Amino acid sequence: MTMTKPQRPNHVYFFGTCLVDLFYPEAGLAGMELLKRQGLKVVFPPKQSCCGQPARNNGYQDEARAVARVQLDAFPEDWPIVVPSGSCAGMMKTHYAELFHGTPDYDRAVAFSARVFELTEFLVDVLGVQLADKGEPVTITWHPSCHSQREAGVVEQPKALLRQLANVTLVENPREKECCGFGGAFAVRQAEISAAMVTDKVASIEETGATQVVSGDCGCLMNITGAAEKSRKGFTGRHIAEFILERCHGR
Amino acid sequence: MNSPRERILNRLKAAPRRVLPERPDWTPPVYDKAGRKAKFKSMLEASHADVHEVTRADWPERLKTILANKGVGTMLFAPTSDAGRQLAEGWAGQGPALIAYDRGIEEMKEVLVHKADAALTTARGGIAQTGSLVLWPSVDEPRLMSLLPPIHVALVEEDSLTDTLAATIRAQAWETGMPTNAVLVSGPSKTADIEQTLAYGVHGPKELIVLLIGSESK
Amino acid sequence: MDAKAGKMEFGAKAHVALNDPKLRANFRRAMDGLMTKRAAQFSDQEEWEALRARGAGVRARALAQLPQLLERLEANCTANGIQVHWAETTAEANAIVLGILEAAGARRVIKGKSMVTEEMHLNAYLEANGIAAVESDLGEYIIQLAGEAPSHIVMPCIHKNKVEIAELFADKIEGQVYTENVDELTAAARAALRGSFAGADAGISGVNFAVAETGTLVLIENEGNGRLSTTLPPLHIAVTGIEKVLEKLEDVPPLLSLLPRSATGQPITTYVNMISSPRKPGEKDGPNAVHLVLLDNGRSRVHADPELGDTLRCIRCAACMNHCPVYTRVGGHTYTFTYPGPIGKLLTPQLEGLDCAGDQPHASTLCKACAEVCPVQIPIPDLLVRLRTEAVRPGAAAAVKGGGSSASVSESLGWAGWRLLYASPLVYRIGTRLLGWFGNLMPASAPMLKQWTSVRAKPKFAPKSLHELAREKGFCDE
Repeated sequence: MTMTKPQRPNHVYFFGTCLVDLFYPEAGLAGMELLKRQGLKVVFPPKQSCCGQPARNNGYQDEARAVARVQLDAFPEDWPIVVPSGSCAGMMKTHYAELFHGTPDYDRAVAFSARVFELTEFLVDVLGVQLADKGEPVTITWHPSCHSQREAGVVEQPKALLRQLANVTLVENPREKECCGFGGAFAVRQAEISAAMVTDKVASIEETGATQVVSGDCGCLMNITGAAEKSRKGFTGRHIAEFILERCHGR
Repeated sequence: MNSPRERILNRLKAAPRRVLPERPDWTPPVYDKAGRKAKFKSMLEASHADVHEVTRADWPERLKTILANKGVGTMLFAPTSDAGRQLAEGWAGQGPALIAYDRGIEEMKEVLVHKADAALTTARGGIAQTGSLVLWPSVDEPRLMSLLPPIHVALVEEDSLTDTLAATIRAQAWETGMPTNAVLVSGPSKTADIEQTLAYGVHGPKELIVLLIGSESK
Repeated sequence: MDAKAGKMEFGAKAHVALNDPKLRANFRRAMDGLMTKRAAQFSDQEEWEALRARGAGVRARALAQLPQLLERLEANCTANGIQVHWAETTAEANAIVLGILEAAGARRVIKGKSMVTEEMHLNAYLEANGIAAVESDLGEYIIQLAGEAPSHIVMPCIHKNKVEIAELFADKIEGQVYTENVDELTAAARAALRGSFAGADAGISGVNFAVAETGTLVLIENEGNGRLSTTLPPLHIAVTGIEKVLEKLEDVPPLLSLLPRSATGQPITTYVNMISSPRKPGEKDGPNAVHLVLLDNGRSRVHADPELGDTLRCIRCAACMNHCPVYTRVGGHTYTFTYPGPIGKLLTPQLEGLDCAGDQPHASTLCKACAEVCPVQIPIPDLLVRLRTEAVRPGAAAAVKGGGSSASVSESLGWAGWRLLYASPLVYRIGTRLLGWFGNLMPASAPMLKQWTSVRAKPKFAPKSLHELAREKGFCDE
């Protein structure tokens, strides 16, 4: 099923994600600001909470469905739902159909999924934003989350945005596509393997010479920057929404 | 009856019925005549095989020279095949000693495993896409000829080349009757089991020499 | 605790592997090489998508008519002179193989590479019954000399570097002088195994595809040992899982184009060996008898589940493990059972039981690298989630062997709490505020945080949640 991209809408919903809500609210706010500066009315429904992925991935489908149903209720209008996370967007785009299969909510779950956009996907594919870089020269590298690349299908859009920034040098990490080892509960259940993965990821970022790693997913960022901080690496991490907003709108 | 067979099949048959999917469209590559030959050669050469373009008349002489340059002492051949007869006719003199594969393996094992330096077989066809020889070993040309001696020489006609295995199977209607053994050979025996490093001749031939008989040589 | 519980040891084995720098380096180098080679084969995205759709379709089509195709395969093999046997369990399959060997008076066996016979632990069984089975694939030969199991389904000795192999050969092969030269090591194996081939009373092999239409067994390989094992000895026994059947000969080419390219980045293997009968009158070589052993060992149960049944599409190319960030770091032996990597953590719990290997479906970040490269489109991560679900679903034993065995009161209470928190806006508002306060007070050494902070800084709850900031900035008004 190919989805036709909507015409530039007047309203969009913003789904902040549970992780952004508690740990990276500035990234969420930056995402909403970017949309607002494109002339859109941005609505953050206060009843939203979590896409349900943690329970789903750990095998608790009833719990996942109950929480996902709250989201179905929280976004009633037929507006696009923009998500500052490829992982949560991937969950909502690709797994709601199976999660609600055989339930009375199936049809509206499918319709909901069709309205979900990852933030950079929306900025590039729907809005076609043009960015004017006002920041200092900086060398960065991009970290795509696994679910962003392989579930939400967002690969080129964030890089296209970053390449619009005149003073930003984007260097490619040869191991960019490899998982950082976060994986939600995996980081606790298989802590040693997760530690080995993030250690390698941090080393590969360091080798690029970038002073910042930019990502569209805060789960990865929490993992990567946490490891970089602990091992005193010479780079920091930033969510792409904050990174762009700061450079282009001087916030 | 309640044999393992029945129990397995009964369990499989009790599974929920699945929709029988159609085969999704897929088109294997197609080449023109020149492209087919070029692809066949380049793929074989990339797999470490030597390809020599020969004619129907001169190949035994050419082979004699090739083998002499390699210092080959003995060559196994099929005395009752057309190629074997043509080979034997003009072979007198300086070439490697010919050994006929004319008895069962039980009697030939020692020769095959330890004595023959090379063997000549014909190929029923060739596949351009992958640079593969299609061998259908026969009463005349037994299976082990292309496998045990360190050098395998294969005679293949340009006119027998096809684009792909799919095309070969279709054109020759393989489903109507498969031989005891059909083999695709795409280079000499090789392995990369030790540190991904390619090494040739691990169990089968170390060298594959392909004599490609041009279609113009008829 | 039953004996099986001892096999839930993924984490413990991973710990050992992670702390073995040589092993880590061997796997990393090998997997990097295999990924690069595969990528070069599938640079044309359109061709790849069409081909893998065909491959997946062909396998799905075969599985959709599995019992009928097995009956057709049996009928056509029998008509061709191949004797077909059925085994429900590995014990039955071992007994069948032994029975065939004993009836033929065979004492010495040469083996082609076969993962199904690894699943059966056939070599040990034959040895206990006085029959010597020598592995002839170079990688299998190396690990047999070392007394180990394969750590990869295509490259069995990938965990060893050439120095280790050089030492092993010098130690175990008579008259072998120490050399790290790969050509010389390969030649040494060739020389050592020639006698085993020539003296073998029987050859045992696996099967890559069994074609129902013609009763043909397709075996692919690079070394020639597979052809030798199935041609030189007077008796050939092929052993295969029941899922390897294909409907038609025309189904072979697309899979043959997918398998070696996905596995090792080769356009095709050196040999594609298609066996349709034993030696016919007048033919000078080839085995006088060919047997085919069809092994179930839990596959019919996997097949019974419409979703998990897709597991059986697998053509054993190993691309999933080559691309798996977990496998790359812990190696194949960490998976304890025969099949490692993503396909292993999917297949093993289904064959052995979730009570026995239920830790394996959790040894994944669900990064989907495996699904991305699977040539037959097995949705491995989604099926792992399904297994995780079955493991904690009380009464799930009917769906998956050992289902429900990981259900725990504390864990389900935890998720009930999670649900309460996230499904009720009011509880969420209060709860997250409390979390923020207490979370930041928790020391990095607290039980829940200790694992995380072993290599990472402690995450900090933001002073204000996005919910609060959004309200303040007016984003909550419609």
